[in-house]
Amino acid sequence: MSRPLSPVIVGAGPAGIRAAEALVAAGLRPVLIDEAARGGGQIYRQPPDGGFSRPKTALYGTEAAKADAVHRALDRIRDRVDYRPRTLVWNCESGALDLLRDGVTDTVPYGPLILATGATDRVLPFPGWTLPGVFTLGGSQVALKFQGCAIGRRVAFLGTGPLLYLVACQYLKAGVEVAGVFDTTPQSAQARALPGMLRDPVTLAKGLALVGWLRLHGVPVHHGIRPIAVEGEGRVRALRVRHRADEIAVDCDAVAFGLGLRSETQLADLAGCAFRFDPMDRAWLPVRDAAGRTSVPGLCIAGDGGGIAGADAAELAGERAALAALEDAGLPVDAARAAWLDRRLARVAAFRRALNAAFPFPQDWAATIPDDLMLCRCEGVSAGILRGVGQRGEAREINRAKALTRVGMGRCQGRVCGAAAVELLAGALGVGPGEVGRLRAQPPIKPLPIAATPVQEATP
Amino acid sequence: MALLQRVAEQGRPVVRFTLDGRPVEALEGDTILTAMLTNGDHLRRSEFADSPRAGFCLMGACQDCWVRTEEGDRLRACGTFIAEGMRLVSASEWTAADGEGQP
Repeated sequence: MSRPLSPVIVGAGPAGIRAAEALVAAGLRPVLIDEAARGGGQIYRQPPDGGFSRPKTALYGTEAAKADAVHRALDRIRDRVDYRPRTLVWNCESGALDLLRDGVTDTVPYGPLILATGATDRVLPFPGWTLPGVFTLGGSQVALKFQGCAIGRRVAFLGTGPLLYLVACQYLKAGVEVAGVFDTTPQSAQARALPGMLRDPVTLAKGLALVGWLRLHGVPVHHGIRPIAVEGEGRVRALRVRHRADEIAVDCDAVAFGLGLRSETQLADLAGCAFRFDPMDRAWLPVRDAAGRTSVPGLCIAGDGGGIAGADAAELAGERAALAALEDAGLPVDAARAAWLDRRLARVAAFRRALNAAFPFPQDWAATIPDDLMLCRCEGVSAGILRGVGQRGEAREINRAKALTRVGMGRCQGRVCGAAAVELLAGALGVGPGEVGRLRAQPPIKPLPIAATPVQEATP
Repeated sequence: MALLQRVAEQGRPVVRFTLDGRPVEALEGDTILTAMLTNGDHLRRSEFADSPRAGFCLMGACQDCWVRTEEGDRLRACGTFIAEGMRLVSASEWTAADGEGQP
């Protein structure tokens, strides 16, 4: 009988590390593949090796203990996992992952597979969004945590979601001038969501403390705004927003922007997972059971890559997916622990619903995007071109629209423009965003150098 | 003028490289993105819109930060570390290839 394949985990953030830890505890040696050089994912991203000296309390604030625990978990199991940092997974088909590391391609067959691919910022275009100095909220946080840099001297924070306030506070604490926080959510929506958020009073208190701290330091916090434009020639000079009948203009040299997060589902798609439209995330997501099992036998998804739930939930979901993988392989699992994880995850899901009500997606935004505004950053395709194929009845489905307009076909493969493209096409057709389908993933999901060498040729 | 501002971790060893032929300095552990944007205000010009770009997501998703070396290699600036002696180009890739520099 052939030896069973090692379980493979993609992503070494909170979900992937906790999954690996649980598999190691069961006596297995998982393969842990991560695009970053050091573990932690985006939320607990560590500075590069050597020379960086800020303590974790400075990097992660109130979440320092959690970040440290996740980092230490990986350190503890490091010699018991086949850990492959700085490795891109660019395809996932027919029971094998295609990898790229340092210009060398490789394949890893998988039996049990846990995808912990995380999330990136969800964005919609607005005039000026391609100017140098406009970065995503996540990117603005990476600049600070990973490089000790701010995206500007005087930064405006635009969008919605917990990250909006968190990153603004992190910038303020780092000594950067915060020109203002411009939240698309009306204050009334946040007040209505308060009772639901009392399910997790600690997280709620932390969130309220962030807002209070910003106000205490004289940072203007505006609710219910919509962006008019980022102004500037070649770089950011000012942000203009609409607030009810008024216009607010603020001088700044950078804008951090995001509208919550979007799940990174491309590998799940290539692996053949069934998807369903999730009205809360306003996106097509892989179908999962409570433990993270997908429609593909042996394939589990843990963390934000399967639906946005945050870092705490990702840790729980990573461990839960590992227990599911063990159970499905006929190995013994601690049923009480699994049940405890299920209960905790159900609680997080309830809180997550309240959080979504506090930071809803601005559904009216897409309709106000001017036709001549660049939607596709990769290839410079305007919003009007995408709307046009819908209005003229040439495309009723997003992949057809992609074929006709190239939106979603550039280097980002729809990771940046996808959410906006769906909103624009649905708007042009007068239907909901769940009714125009989802962008299909294509390998390679990220650009590969044409000179990439297969591993057999690279190793003598 | 620099786009990114250093606010911490400034005690690292200096790394020297050239940006559009000009000798400049970065710090060890800087990504190419950090190295270029602490010495200038863009990474490249979009080949479709001829507008300057400086990256967007900083986590390898958007692919908006590919830059060229003088040798013609393409590097993703947010995920590649700066190294001593790198010769990087932020001018338009078409004009830079002709040795003309930025228009």
